Amino acid sequence: MFAGVSTAAPEVAKTRRFKFNWVDGFLWFIRVAAIITIVVGITGSIQKFAGGGGPSVEAWRDLIISSISTGSMYGLIALGYSMVYGVLGFINFAHGEVFMSGTMVGLISATILFNNGFWDSNPYVSILLVLIVAMITSMLVAVVVERVAYRPLRGAPRLIPLITSIGVSFFIQYAFAGLFGVAIRNYPPAPASLARDFDILGIPVEGTKLLVISVAVLSMIGLWYFVTKTKTGSAMRAVAEDKEIAGLMGIDVDKTIVTTFAVGGAMAGVAGLLWALLFRGVDFLTGFLPGIKAFTAAVLGGIGNLPGAMLGGVLLGLFEGVGPLLVLDGLGIPAVSQLKDAVAFAALVLVLIFRPSGLLGERLGSEERA
Amino acid sequence: MPLLQIDKLAKQFGGVKALDGVDFHIDEGEIVSVIGPNGAGKTSFFNVISGMFAPDSGSIVFDGDHVAGHLPNEITKRGIARTFQNVRLFPNLTVLENVMVGQHCRTSQGLFGTIFQTKAQKAEEQLIEDNAKEILSFFGTRLTGYRHDQPAFALSYANRRRLEIARAMATEPRLLLLDEPTAGMNPKETIELTQLIEKLRSERGLTVVLIEHDMKVVRDVSDRVVVLDHGVKLTEGDYDSVSTNEAVIEAYLGRPTTEASS
Amino acid sequence: MSRDSYVTRWGLIGGLGMSFTGAIGMINSFDERILINPILSMGYLTLFGLPAVVGYVAAKGEVNILEEPVHDIADGALKGAGTGLIAGVAVALFVLFTNTFDVTDFFPNMRQTMVDVMTLHLDLVIGLITLIVLSAAGGAVGGLIYGLDDKARGGVRRATLWVIVFALFELVVTDIIDIEVITDLIYARGGGLQTWSALIIGGLAWWLGERYQGKVSEFTAMARESEQGSRLRWSLIGVAALGIVVLPMLVGGIVNELLINVALFVLMGLGLNIVIGLAGLLDLGYVAFFAVGAYGMAVLTSPLSPAFSPELNWWVALPVVMVLAAIAGLLVGTPVIGMRGDYLAIVTLGFGEIVRLLLLSDWLTPFFGGAQGMTRIPGIAIGPWTISGTSPELFIYMTALFVGIAAYISHRAQDSRVGRAWAAMREDEDVAEAIGISTVQAKLLAFVSGAVIASFAGALFSAKVGTVFTNSFDVVVSLIILVVVIVGGMGSIRGVAIGALVLIGVLGGPKSQGLLTEFAEFKLLIYGAILVYMMLKRPEGLLPSVRRSRELHLEEAEQDAWLQKKGDSSEDEEVEATT
Repeated sequence: MFAGVSTAAPEVAKTRRFKFNWVDGFLWFIRVAAIITIVVGITGSIQKFAGGGGPSVEAWRDLIISSISTGSMYGLIALGYSMVYGVLGFINFAHGEVFMSGTMVGLISATILFNNGFWDSNPYVSILLVLIVAMITSMLVAVVVERVAYRPLRGAPRLIPLITSIGVSFFIQYAFAGLFGVAIRNYPPAPASLARDFDILGIPVEGTKLLVISVAVLSMIGLWYFVTKTKTGSAMRAVAEDKEIAGLMGIDVDKTIVTTFAVGGAMAGVAGLLWALLFRGVDFLTGFLPGIKAFTAAVLGGIGNLPGAMLGGVLLGLFEGVGPLLVLDGLGIPAVSQLKDAVAFAALVLVLIFRPSGLLGERLGSEERA
Repeated sequence: MPLLQIDKLAKQFGGVKALDGVDFHIDEGEIVSVIGPNGAGKTSFFNVISGMFAPDSGSIVFDGDHVAGHLPNEITKRGIARTFQNVRLFPNLTVLENVMVGQHCRTSQGLFGTIFQTKAQKAEEQLIEDNAKEILSFFGTRLTGYRHDQPAFALSYANRRRLEIARAMATEPRLLLLDEPTAGMNPKETIELTQLIEKLRSERGLTVVLIEHDMKVVRDVSDRVVVLDHGVKLTEGDYDSVSTNEAVIEAYLGRPTTEASS
Repeated sequence: MSRDSYVTRWGLIGGLGMSFTGAIGMINSFDERILINPILSMGYLTLFGLPAVVGYVAAKGEVNILEEPVHDIADGALKGAGTGLIAGVAVALFVLFTNTFDVTDFFPNMRQTMVDVMTLHLDLVIGLITLIVLSAAGGAVGGLIYGLDDKARGGVRRATLWVIVFALFELVVTDIIDIEVITDLIYARGGGLQTWSALIIGGLAWWLGERYQGKVSEFTAMARESEQGSRLRWSLIGVAALGIVVLPMLVGGIVNELLINVALFVLMGLGLNIVIGLAGLLDLGYVAFFAVGAYGMAVLTSPLSPAFSPELNWWVALPVVMVLAAIAGLLVGTPVIGMRGDYLAIVTLGFGEIVRLLLLSDWLTPFFGGAQGMTRIPGIAIGPWTISGTSPELFIYMTALFVGIAAYISHRAQDSRVGRAWAAMREDEDVAEAIGISTVQAKLLAFVSGAVIASFAGALFSAKVGTVFTNSFDVVVSLIILVVVIVGGMGSIRGVAIGALVLIGVLGGPKSQGLLTEFAEFKLLIYGAILVYMMLKRPEGLLPSVRRSRELHLEEAEQDAWLQKKGDSSEDEEVEATT
């Protein structure tokens, strides 16, 4: 923050006493240690690979592709965090639950479609229908949560909405546990035409993952268009800049905030369907981890920055998918896949130490993160 | 040797030069006013001296030590205290607590003494409280008695300004930076505060730099006036010479000829 | 907004709420618990309490602070009945739907037994009509209560509160009285209050409350303010201490077990209270320090510790564990020094999860036992005796001792140089820094003291249970400690105690059951609802610290109101918040 890291002119620097600061020292130690760990780990993995051990080239390729598809799902959820943070300035902890509600209710429609045979006869129409159901559900949940829990808190000290959102998160989770039961339920299997590999630039990509990545990219482009080209989108950006001034300019701030939640919710709903395509199994806790990881992705890309959220998502997917095998395995740590989540959280900590404003974040320096 | 010696101080905020090579000095026991139009860099000047921002270049020597780029709390500990333009008290602490907090850097008892109620801790608590009360009594009856236990937000505007000065005094500074101490005060309160600044020097032996817009206050209180504009020091001198200086008048009123032609 | 639309709106909200409680299986589950034998179960209290609540709210209508509120019995009852009627019709439609369509594939709790309970085990049509009528009646009662004058409303509130308290705390009350003849007078054999004893308790609460309430608030005011109050305060503390000593002897093992859980959460709550309540740092990974305490103690004392097993005595190991926790506090605290607010929250949450995942991983299994956990952790040796979880009536004193230490530390810290520095930092970090407070030191000190207190809880926990598994250190534990602190009142020691007692003791902790075992499935739902409600309506908590409550009501108007109200104590509001 204010620590004495200044780019002083050389002649002044000479006169200044060297001051050692324990906190800065410790942070530098972490930075160096992290880099050394990563370098040593990667070297170890490469040696192992060169020696014929470890996963094959194909396995690495598949791992990277599935990491990217998981990551693009994180990116879609991250958009909701980023948008809400941009407009209201707090972490909507319950956003993971918005995502979960989409996949849970989507499950009902998917199961009904499957039971009457429509899922098998018209798989793509079915997926589209489920997508719509999931989007609408997530949108509704997000809007209702905003109306009931967040709107009365406009202008409250900033930790209050965050704590409220933790409460909302609990409530939604266990409401779904009560309604749907606590068992893990499975989506019907993806249509056979998606199970085969498609050839993309000479690389075979599994159909489901291709679909996931393309849906994510299309949603992202749609959102980008909405935010930058439409009137509502510019109202959103204005409100994110300065609520009061936006209000004075004749923008309906409350309505714009609702729109933000709705759009963020819809993106979470899309992510809900993608989750179902990738993993099939859902339960009431499905939203928790992806929620936190998506927040990490939003921070990684630079919170408040939409392309950043998407980029952050993909990168986080790669970190947690490839990282354990690439870095930790090379260090000789057994059963690295168990540490997938730990790697994701470590990425969050390291990002905030190395570059708190995120990769593409320019709007929010450390000064503003008050 | 001056108490504070500043050379070629510069600070940029994203392309805007808030300070552009400012030289400044103040001797022990002096009262100096810094004036200038809005956006001249006066508050940035204070922010850099008090360590809230590190300067891009230039040196700040306080009492023989280089302090540029040090943390604000270290600078306060060396003896520079400040107030803020938009009064920043701890609104929910009481008046007394606000001042007691100011004593933090002059006291040392930690958690250990607190938990075990050592003699030293009790004595220090008592000392902090006595000092705080003594400092508050410096403002006459305005901040004494039942006001001790009032939360700071309940104070009137003028009293908040006074309390902020009291809190700065509690850090036992040698140099006090006052950022627009009379802003928002009525004429009577302004006169009172002018006298108070004088008293800070005569009774407390403080050296004072103040940013001020009220020219009457500037005239009455300052030994010397420094004029800043666009991060550059225009001129300095006693009030009369500064107030008749053409560059200064120009800075405040704009250049009449160019104004007319544009 | 017109008054009729209020009735419709709240009626629909009530109907939705009643249907929701049914659909998640709450009514059925709560129906197992009888409050007043044989007429009222907790399920029906929930079912028909809801229309009473919405009836009350609808009768209250829009709050206009400029006008004196109107309390009119007939008007209130009418509006309440209308609201209840709408709610009843809505819920009847829901029951009818459930009865007609089989949706148990998706909603396992929307089954025939739910329909049976909600139609009061009558025939469908008669049952539905009864449901609507009772719901309307509930609404009418709610509206009528609003219509009463202040005195009578206070009486009703007290009576209801005490009847419910006696009914819910049946186990504790019977344990304390422990004379069958008397308990049989109060409670029915099958569980629940006797009808007439409920009437007597309600009546007594009404009458005694009315008679002595003024005196009680006078008394507390005296204890709080005056000079002689100081002696009074100490004698009150003495009475409370005596209560703590005597209570565990009176109650049985189950209640003592509960009390230990409560005490452990009070301990952690007090630690977190330093971090969040005093220093204002929102730490969501607090459970990591609890884990350090528990695992540290396990490694140092258990003979089965896989890698390193010095088999120390608990008391010898304790200082080591404290040092470990302090180091952990520094390790977590240092990287997050530059972060504020939300970022701090999410990073600490990440740290907490990293600790748990590492403990669970195969990598560290050779040191910490991984998924198998650590076992055979000995109890606490005092002289020739060993206290462990098998003797809860003794162990409770151990936990009480550490709670006392933690409470004393927080109490002392609050009004000291360190405490003031924390308060200043919480209010305005930049200014705190500018007036000479090293925020780096202050933050680290808060993290370290919080960590050490949590390690006490961890050390006690491992000695009590004898085993530690990673699932005791889930992120949900951190969140629940946070809820305890917030519900009780940030920055307030009494608040933490009350918060833990109400939440952990009654509803149950993350891994343990509370007094009301029926809540088990729903406790986190209720936790969430309570947290949201508190943040919206009473962010300062049940027993707030004065400073904190000022802080959380930022608007000037409310601050002024607070100043005026400061004189007459907030006794009445507290009752309202607990009912």
